[in-house]
Amino acid sequence: MSDLLHTPLHDLHVELGAKMVPFAGYAMPVQYPMGVMNEHTHTREKAGLFDVSHMGQVIIEGSNFETVALELEKLIPVDILGLAENRQRYGFFTNAAGGIMDDLMLANRGDHVFMVVNAGCKDPDIAHLKSNLTGLTVSEIQNRALLALQGPAAERVLGALNPMAANMRFMDVATISLAGAECWVSRSGYTGEDGYEISVPSDQAVALATELLSHVDVEPIGLGARDSLRLEGGLCLFGHDIDTQTTPIQASLNWAIQKVRRTGGDRSGGFPGADVILAELANGASQKRVGLRPDGRAPMREGVQLFAGLDDEMPIGNITSGGFGPTVGGPITMGYVPIEYTAQGTAIFGELRGKRQPLTVMALPFVPSNFKR
Amino acid sequence: MKYTEEHEWLRLEDAIVVVGITEHATTQLGDIVFVELPDVGTTVVKDEEIVVIESVKAASDIMAPIDGEIVEVNEALNDNPSQVNEDAIGAGWFFKIKPSDPSQMDGYMDEAAYNAFIG
Repeated sequence: MSDLLHTPLHDLHVELGAKMVPFAGYAMPVQYPMGVMNEHTHTREKAGLFDVSHMGQVIIEGSNFETVALELEKLIPVDILGLAENRQRYGFFTNAAGGIMDDLMLANRGDHVFMVVNAGCKDPDIAHLKSNLTGLTVSEIQNRALLALQGPAAERVLGALNPMAANMRFMDVATISLAGAECWVSRSGYTGEDGYEISVPSDQAVALATELLSHVDVEPIGLGARDSLRLEGGLCLFGHDIDTQTTPIQASLNWAIQKVRRTGGDRSGGFPGADVILAELANGASQKRVGLRPDGRAPMREGVQLFAGLDDEMPIGNITSGGFGPTVGGPITMGYVPIEYTAQGTAIFGELRGKRQPLTVMALPFVPSNFKR
Repeated sequence: MKYTEEHEWLRLEDAIVVVGITEHATTQLGDIVFVELPDVGTTVVKDEEIVVIESVKAASDIMAPIDGEIVEVNEALNDNPSQVNEDAIGAGWFFKIKPSDPSQMDGYMDEAAYNAFIG
C-alpha cells in the first residue's frame, strides 16, 4: 500500500489497531478492533469518529456570494442563491444526459462557497468547476483534514469543547475553535444520525481526534460501519446507487431540487440535462431507486439481479447497495426497479447464487433519521 | 484436530468428522451475519463448495474438505450466526460429515503446522 495517499490521521489509525485498506487512492481504516457490527451500533447509540479526510474540500470564490451562486447553479440543479449565510445544502453535478457526475455538500460562507465532494471524484470535479465557471477561483483545500462525529452523543461531546457547537441546527455551518484549532464545522453527516463534520487544519487534526476519542462515549469508526450506517439511512453512495447513468429523479432525489429550479420557478433549468430532469419531474421517471428488504436472512449485495416473478427470464433491475443492517437486524438493500414496482410492499425477487429469493419494497430510510432540525 | 489451507478445522468424533472454520478465519471475515448450510443427507465431494458464509463485508464459500455424506448441520447458526465469531471451534461448527475415505484427513495440517501456516 506504499503508493497510497495517507490522511493526516493515518498513524493514529494504525496506532488504534485499524485494518487499513485502499479506498479512492488512500489508505483508509475499514474497521478497528471493535469490529463493524459494534462500531455501527456504537454510532447509533453514542458517538463515532470517522476520518473522511480523503474527501475533497473545495473553496469557490468570486466578487460576492451572489456571483458564485449563480455561476454554480449552471452546474448544479439546486437553489444555491437562496441558501442563507452559514447554511449548507446537498446537491450534485449533472451531465448533459441528466445523469449525476458526483454528489456533494455546499455551504454559503458569506464571501465564498465551501464544497465537500467525493474522494474518487475530486480531481474531475475540480476540473469540471474550473473549466465551466467564469470569473471564479476554485481552490482545493489540501492543508485540512475532515472528521465526522456522528451519533446521539455528538452534541454533548462537541458542546463540551465549545458550547457554540451545541447551538447549531441541522445543516448550520460555523467557524469555531475546538481544542485550540480553528475549525469549519457543519451540523451534518452521512449516517442518518445527528452529528458534525469538522474541517480542521492538518497539523491539529491528530490533537483534535485524540481529544474527541478521549471521551468515554466516542469510538473510532471505519468505512465498513460508515457504509452500513448510510445504507440504513437510505443515503446514496456515488458510483453505486447513483452515477452518470442515473438521473436525480430516477435516484429518488427529487427533494434536493428546490421549486425555484423546477419548471415555473424563477431560475428554472439552466443546468446540464435540465430538459431530461425537468421532463422526468413533470412526467415521472421510468425507473426509481427504492429500498428493498430481503424476506430471508441472506444478504443480497450490489449487482444482484431483480425479477418480477420466479420464472421471468428478463431482470427488471438490480441491487446497487446491499448488506446487513445491524440496527435493522437483517439484510437490507437499495436498487432500481421500473415505476410499476415501486409501491411499498411490492414483492419481487432477487437471484442469489442461482436461486430466486423474495424481497419487499420498503420506505427509505430503513432506520429513522435523527437530525436536529 | 486437522486444518486445511482454507482455514477449516476437522475433528474426528466416533468416525464422524465435524467441520468448522478457525478463529483466524473468523477474525479475517469479521462479523458473520448469515450461514447457508448444506442439506442433511447430501453426498459431497472434496473441494465442492457447500457452505456460504456472509459477513458484514462479503460472501465466502466453504468447501467440503473430504468426500462423504452430510449427517448433521448446525441449525443453531440459522438464528444465531454470530456463534461462529464467538466460539469458532465449538458452538460455531458447520456440519458433520461421514467420510467415505477417512485417509483423506491425513493430508491436512496438524495444529503446529497450521499455526506456522498462518504465521
